[in-house]
Amino acid sequence: MLDSKIPAGPLAEKWSNHKFHLKLVNPANKRRFTIIVVGTGLAGASAAASLAELGYNVKAFCYQDSARRAHSIAAQGGINAAKNYQNDGDSVYRLFYDTIKGGDYRAREANVYRLAEVSVNIIDQCVAQGVPFAREYGGLLDNRSFGGAQVSRTFYARGQTGQQLLLGAYSALNRQIHAGKVEMFTRHEMLDLVTIEGQARGIITRDLETGAIESHAGHAVLLCTGGYGNVFFLSTNAMGCNVTAAWRAHKRGAFFANPCYTQIHPTCIPVTGDHQSKLTLMSESLRNDGRVWVPKTVELAQKLRKGEIKVTDIKEEDRDYFLERKYPSFGNLVPRDVASRNAKQMAEEGRGVGKTGLAVFLDFAEAISRLGEDAVRAKYGNLFDMYYQITDENPYKQPMRIYPAVHYTMGGIWVDYNLMTTIPGLYALGECNFSDHGANRLGASALMQGLADGYFVIPYTVGDYLAGLGFAPVDKNHPNFEKTRLEVEGKVKQLLSMKGSKTVDDIHKKLGHIMWEYCGMARNEEGLKKAKGLIQELRKEFWSDVTVLGENEELNLSLEKAGRVADFLELGELMVDDALNRRESCGGHFREESATEDGEAKRDDENYSYVAAWEYQGDNQPEVMHKEELIFENVKLTQRSYK
Amino acid sequence: MSGHMNLTLKVWRQKNKETRGKFVTYKADDISPDMSFLEMLDVVNEGLTRKGEDPIYFDHDCREGICGMCSLHINGRPHGPKEETTTCQLHMRSFHDGQTIVIEPWRAAAFPVIKDLAVDRSAFDRIQQAGAYVNINTGGVPDANAIPIPKDVADEAFESATCIGCGACVAACKNASAMLFVSAKISQYALVPQGQTERYSRAQAMVAQMDEEGFGSCTNTGACEAECPVGIKLTNIARMNREYFTAKFFKQEEAH
Ligand SMILES: Cc1cc2nc3c(=O)[nH]c(=O)nc-3n(C[C@H](O)[C@H](O)[C@H](O)COP(=O)(O)OP(=O)(O)OC[C@H]3O[C@@H](n4cnc5c(N)ncnc54)[C@H](O)[C@@H]3O)c2cc1C
Ligand code: FES
Repeated sequence: MLDSKIPAGPLAEKWSNHKFHLKLVNPANKRRFTIIVVGTGLAGASAAASLAELGYNVKAFCYQDSARRAHSIAAQGGINAAKNYQNDGDSVYRLFYDTIKGGDYRAREANVYRLAEVSVNIIDQCVAQGVPFAREYGGLLDNRSFGGAQVSRTFYARGQTGQQLLLGAYSALNRQIHAGKVEMFTRHEMLDLVTIEGQARGIITRDLETGAIESHAGHAVLLCTGGYGNVFFLSTNAMGCNVTAAWRAHKRGAFFANPCYTQIHPTCIPVTGDHQSKLTLMSESLRNDGRVWVPKTVELAQKLRKGEIKVTDIKEEDRDYFLERKYPSFGNLVPRDVASRNAKQMAEEGRGVGKTGLAVFLDFAEAISRLGEDAVRAKYGNLFDMYYQITDENPYKQPMRIYPAVHYTMGGIWVDYNLMTTIPGLYALGECNFSDHGANRLGASALMQGLADGYFVIPYTVGDYLAGLGFAPVDKNHPNFEKTRLEVEGKVKQLLSMKGSKTVDDIHKKLGHIMWEYCGMARNEEGLKKAKGLIQELRKEFWSDVTVLGENEELNLSLEKAGRVADFLELGELMVDDALNRRESCGGHFREESATEDGEAKRDDENYSYVAAWEYQGDNQPEVMHKEELIFENVKLTQRSYK
Repeated sequence: MSGHMNLTLKVWRQKNKETRGKFVTYKADDISPDMSFLEMLDVVNEGLTRKGEDPIYFDHDCREGICGMCSLHINGRPHGPKEETTTCQLHMRSFHDGQTIVIEPWRAAAFPVIKDLAVDRSAFDRIQQAGAYVNINTGGVPDANAIPIPKDVADEAFESATCIGCGACVAACKNASAMLFVSAKISQYALVPQGQTERYSRAQAMVAQMDEEGFGSCTNTGACEAECPVGIKLTNIARMNREYFTAKFFKQEEAH
């Protein structure tokens, strides 16, 4: 039933061959098609611009007040590309290999190879747009290294790479808006997908400013709506990041793949209290120069936590650089899951630091003495400033305190090689699909994937679908538009009628706690079963006791949040079901029942080398799981070892 | 709890574009100095919601100082009292117990208030649509290292490109001028080789759109630079003026 449409032939030739065999829409006919692009992050902005350049009519949507504010803007560290400018042994194959391995062999070979292949074009494209990447004195592009790789292939713009890449894509988008090829809808939220005879034909949106519930018709719909990390309430995502568009599409028939694969990033600023609304990432690039440590003994850690001694009082020999000790060949640059799990373990051993004990040190003293403060500032200045701003502690003078936090969701809408979902005409790009990162995303590869999907994959693959459609405009008067619109209106009315005693945030925070506790970094059968019950109860509490204020016809914070949390409450349960099903430790998650003797994660290739794609069955019904077996023809599966 | 503060807020409330707004006073009690300014407002909003009162609307998203969505005029200053800090990165330790805080939206004719503290900044998008790009399509571009760019030039372009488009410069300016914003964008392209071909037409198109949007003129008070949360420099404005007048000169030459 699930056809991944992976092209035949040798790995390195699959994409070229496939492109040749894809049907084309001739230039004059492209303007007869309308494509809806939901989201204007790296994936959406690059797709909308590129498709408009080809001649399609594009309607693009985002919930912020400007397309430039999509959360891609916040990406810090960099973007990978197999340019091998450093002459250090990089190649398309090596980037492919690192990404497959980093994903713990739970991604498709063909997709990942294509990603590595087009990575080189991305950098060219961005430079041509005027993106000011970091450069060396000779005027050529600079690179840094990132976790899970032994070559320097990460391109960056100080600690603001996402901002610069997104502004590049946004400029291309603006050019097409100016040309009249893209119609841009800001402050619009997609609330449902319209299908006609099983094909995606449009969306229903709410204008966040006026409350107008509108229908938009198109020949294809591209979801580029980002990740669902906010299901945990606290994450490094923006406040508005949500699963709503993806979830509504799921309920209309798009399978949701590997929902339990979430990435917990090791280097975030620790939580300070209940008021906390989000967590701030300190880029992984910091681990290039920062050394991670905790006190060697519980006693010392306790004294430090109580404020009896200062961090500078701890002698070099009393510090445990635990990543360097346990993983000598990768040291502080082990992949994220390994770094996160070890930090958590230190806290559990009682050697954590900070008032709560839920933190470890990231220390730049050695780098500052080796390179000088100015050099460190030039590399990481904005991150250090941000840290100082938030914690009131100066990281040039004392080590940072960091702790893992939810950061990225590898799971997402299932797509085939063409990025098409299980609903014909509906595509998913960027973080909102499941495709390229397996069970664990390597640093600097999400920016690469978003732009690969948008600039270099979808412009080819969408044509193949459209070419088979015929030119008739989509009929906005089809009863399905009216029917779906009325359903959305009904839901909005229902939410607005709720006048209980809890706020939406009360429920969202509870959901977050459940997910973090039972479906986070480490999980076990018992905990997951408990979580499932708790989420079901919480969902009932939401629908019986939450309060939503105000009216539809205005900017309404309460209503916006309520709709998003209602969807998170459904997604949360599916994540737990998926986690229950996957009785192996893999990638970003540690299944306690599946560990090696020395406590490292143990993957189970024999039983779980597949993508779990879930099919919606109706409200409160268990979903049905479909398997896409992963076939590895090129890489040999090994247990990841970074020792 | 120790160090916690009780504050009085005077907040601008306005139902929508059409209605007139007014200040409403709220108490914000037991505020921790570790909270961000927006987290303080979250706490106030949770309280209002529990009482069945409409929460205060303000724009925000990333809460990391990078998306440019947050705004707020706090005690008369865009993004509040702390230099080079957005409202979302401002922490309550910058305030003291018993303090009264006045919170208003950006005030500028080109940024109409749409509700409470949120304004319509779409004028900024339209200015960029007028020309803030290099006219190239996806694909078929030269290798990224084909054109070396001296490091100092790339760094300078980067400094201009870090503008987050929040609009504080406009809010800070007594004339509500958008020169700092527009000049930063023009500079970024004027500096790098990729921006050269359309250098002058770009400056003209963007300035024309800026004027059409109803922003005021620049009288060099420097308030914009002082209030910019990411440190965009006035030198951008000087560069933009150069670009613009050179463009005019070229236009006249062509006409002759
Ligand atoms: C703090 C941080 C740092 C990161 N650093 C890096 C890094 O250094 N390197 C790297 O490779 N990756 C990094 N990542 C990951 C990477 O930034 C993201 O995965 C990627 O940018 C996602 O891009 P996207 O286009 O898929 O989604 P987004 O950029 O999140 O865009 C989503 C878009 O969808 C819109 N949208 C969402 N829901 C709706 C709806 N219902 N209706 C209408 N519109 C909607 C939004 O308005 C937005 O325009 C980082 C992530 C974070 C959070
Ligand atoms: S919320 Fe993004 S800059 Fe303040």
